[in-house]
Amino acid sequence: MMKIQMIKKAVFVLVMLPTLAFANVEVHLDKAPIDPSDQASLQRGARTFINNCLNCHSASYMRYNRLQDIGLTEKQIKENLLFTAEKVGDPMTTAMNKKDAKKWFGVAPPDLSVEVRARGADWVYTYMRSFYRDETRPSGWNNLVFDKVAMPHVLYELQGEQALNHETHTLTLTKSGKLSVEEYDALVGDLTNFMAYMAEPAKQQRNRLGWFVLLFLGVLLVLTYKLKKAYWKDIH
Amino acid sequence: MSLFTKKADELLNWVDARFPLTSNIKAHLTEYYAPKNFNFWYFFGSLALLVLVLQIVTGIFLTMHYKPEALMAFASVEYIMRDVPWGWLIRYMHSTGASLFFVVIYLHMFRGLLYGSYRNPRELIWLFGVGIFLALMGEAFFGYLLPWGQMSYWGAQVITSLFGTVPFIGPDIAEWLRGDYLTSDATLNRFFAFHVIALPLVILGLVAAHILALHEVGSNNPDGVEIKKLKDKKTGIPLDGIPFHPYYTVKDMVGVVVFLIVFAVIIFFAPEVGGYFLEANNFVPADPLVTPAHIAPTWYFTPYYSILRAVPPIGISQFPGVAAMGLAVLAFAFLPWLDRSSVKSIRYKGNLYKGWLAAFVVSFLVLGYLGTVPANVWGQFGDWLGKADIATVVARVFTVIYFAFFILMPWYTKKDKTKPVPERVTG
Amino acid sequence: MSANQIDKNQKQDVSNHSAVDQEKRKFLIATSAVGAVGAAAAAVPFVASMTPSERAKAAGAPVEVDVSKILPGDMLVSEYRGQPLWVIHRTDEQIAKLSNHDAQLTDPNLEVPQQPEYCKNKERAIKAKYAVMLGTCTHLGCSPAQNFAITADWDGGFICACHGSKFDLAGRVFKGSPAPTNLVIPKHQYLTETTLLVGEDKESA
Repeated sequence: MMKIQMIKKAVFVLVMLPTLAFANVEVHLDKAPIDPSDQASLQRGARTFINNCLNCHSASYMRYNRLQDIGLTEKQIKENLLFTAEKVGDPMTTAMNKKDAKKWFGVAPPDLSVEVRARGADWVYTYMRSFYRDETRPSGWNNLVFDKVAMPHVLYELQGEQALNHETHTLTLTKSGKLSVEEYDALVGDLTNFMAYMAEPAKQQRNRLGWFVLLFLGVLLVLTYKLKKAYWKDIH
Repeated sequence: MSLFTKKADELLNWVDARFPLTSNIKAHLTEYYAPKNFNFWYFFGSLALLVLVLQIVTGIFLTMHYKPEALMAFASVEYIMRDVPWGWLIRYMHSTGASLFFVVIYLHMFRGLLYGSYRNPRELIWLFGVGIFLALMGEAFFGYLLPWGQMSYWGAQVITSLFGTVPFIGPDIAEWLRGDYLTSDATLNRFFAFHVIALPLVILGLVAAHILALHEVGSNNPDGVEIKKLKDKKTGIPLDGIPFHPYYTVKDMVGVVVFLIVFAVIIFFAPEVGGYFLEANNFVPADPLVTPAHIAPTWYFTPYYSILRAVPPIGISQFPGVAAMGLAVLAFAFLPWLDRSSVKSIRYKGNLYKGWLAAFVVSFLVLGYLGTVPANVWGQFGDWLGKADIATVVARVFTVIYFAFFILMPWYTKKDKTKPVPERVTG
Repeated sequence: MSANQIDKNQKQDVSNHSAVDQEKRKFLIATSAVGAVGAAAAAVPFVASMTPSERAKAAGAPVEVDVSKILPGDMLVSEYRGQPLWVIHRTDEQIAKLSNHDAQLTDPNLEVPQQPEYCKNKERAIKAKYAVMLGTCTHLGCSPAQNFAITADWDGGFICACHGSKFDLAGRVFKGSPAPTNLVIPKHQYLTETTLLVGEDKESA
């Protein structure tokens, strides 16, 4: 009997869920200012990420020494960024225990290695700028793009506090933080830039290589076409 | 140089005395006479073979690093993408190759519909082809679970549940397929076995049979003329035939390079193809407790998924939809006996067939699109149609057209006004 | 292609017969050459994907060893690239006895390069006190057992349980052992007075 119940549930999910999903209001996402070739921005983003996010989240598919991609030397990584690991070849794990995290937040903070590929850079950029005060939530915080989010606003000292205008559904700054709005947006932009890089470290290399491959195939196309013509001259 | 040629000849003779090398090269390449009027649509057979080889080679190398284990599968894919030298390239080749395989196969099948390549005496070629298509769908489905992301997981959960709708024995079948009460490590492990060895063997066998049958009866062509009917009296070579090698090998090479350019553009610049080849949700590890908001199968299954959703349940049973989906795929197998036209090629068929084929292609494409979006994408009808989802109604209409194309074929192909077929192939 | 076929196809174009052949040949060679380069280039990623991954490299990264805790006459077994790494704190007596048995050794003068240049000395070490070596027998890969007790005809060393190879406290193999060479000394350096870094030396860093 239970089997049948479960199958009915699964088929229901299959047939009905796509309908339910789009019943949600689509939230407007701001365009993330991303530039994978801007190494200074990537390095600032890496610092923000390691100093703040890695306290609770892991990025366990990313190795510290991979940061050499974004212009850091192994020595710089070792001296300035290696907080949660011993060796520079180790992955970015988190100091927080998963069980504790679940007790504190209700859910274990997800691994962020490929977060940008899952959610999109615009989502991450908007999300980090959309926390607002909500005393009904256990953490005291809520988020415009992620309703009832378990995560508190980690960067509130920098951004300050925002409040939700329930009529216009917009956020206003009620208490300013250490950074101006522009500075905070730039900081989150750098952070998003880094997270986008981290989601696929090989991307830059992939794009660069692509041009060479296409150039080569272009030459080969001309040659094979000429070869075909030379042979097919005989065929009428 | 002459000594070298002599030695090479000796070696070839030695081999030929023990293995039919030269005779096979002749039978399948240098003295296999193909019609000289192949056009664009005839590239996709050799391309399908190329993609098959690419998938096997990249697959072998991925297997060296992938772990078919629920706790490690997702991480091992990221390991391939980051830690394995060039792993990202091999993985993207495999994921892109999977989608392009279907692009090529669908175009190859469409060629068959255009020129009546399934007709007598090519029924078996066609049946082997349908077998390859089915096996390929299975191969893609099993492979899709392996990255163990959310889409992988829920896709497998849903498809195995479909078997659960079969009356009486369904629930047991679903459980047997999964090896567990829900999609789990056991499922992943067996899907891996099916994906890396069982189905590839089946596909390779069917491909061999497909080509052997083709070379037995000879290739069809855009005119649907049997070139074997008119042979040179002295040599016995078909007048409209040219040796496959070198003529079609050099021609197919051009097709291969064009294909590789498309392949490279996707791999190097847009491997996700806007979420159609690699879905965003599949970058979230599988979680049996949370279903993602929007689940849809990969694009190449969406026409059939649309049919599944379009067919209304009988009472609470979803079985009719599942059965319709299965029939929609199997319908191709009956084409050789459904087509009663006096000609093979669309060039000499009348407007009736052309109209039905166009309607079929449109319904295939629209159903394919609708399968990627939620049913309420186009809003609802008014009260006069009970506020039904517009997209669902449209999907039902096109589902009917899809099946009508097959079911009514004996009637409209017979009634169709055909043109006379020339003796020889045309340009 | 059969002779008949060539005949049939070229009858139609006899006038520029040789020109056609020239053209075919030219593009056949060019396409084959470029195609071969492409195939070779395409093979590179596949071959390279079988070399050690970043994870393997991280696991095989240089290891730091604190030698201050090893008592004189004792040894520490650590791990380097999955192999046992020995650090032996040799006493003055043990060091002195190293030169006693040169005649019984297969390679007393370290001719076979089983150690970095800077360890090609009497003690086979940077610091005479500390011997650093991989505890993997050069015969068939077992890990020899410690046998430090000095007797009349044994100055202390290691005996391999598998096939009885004998090594002294500098890892040098005794004649008559199945092992052909001395134990391997990996690249290493001292970062501080008591911190040893194995896997990287001043030259490679």
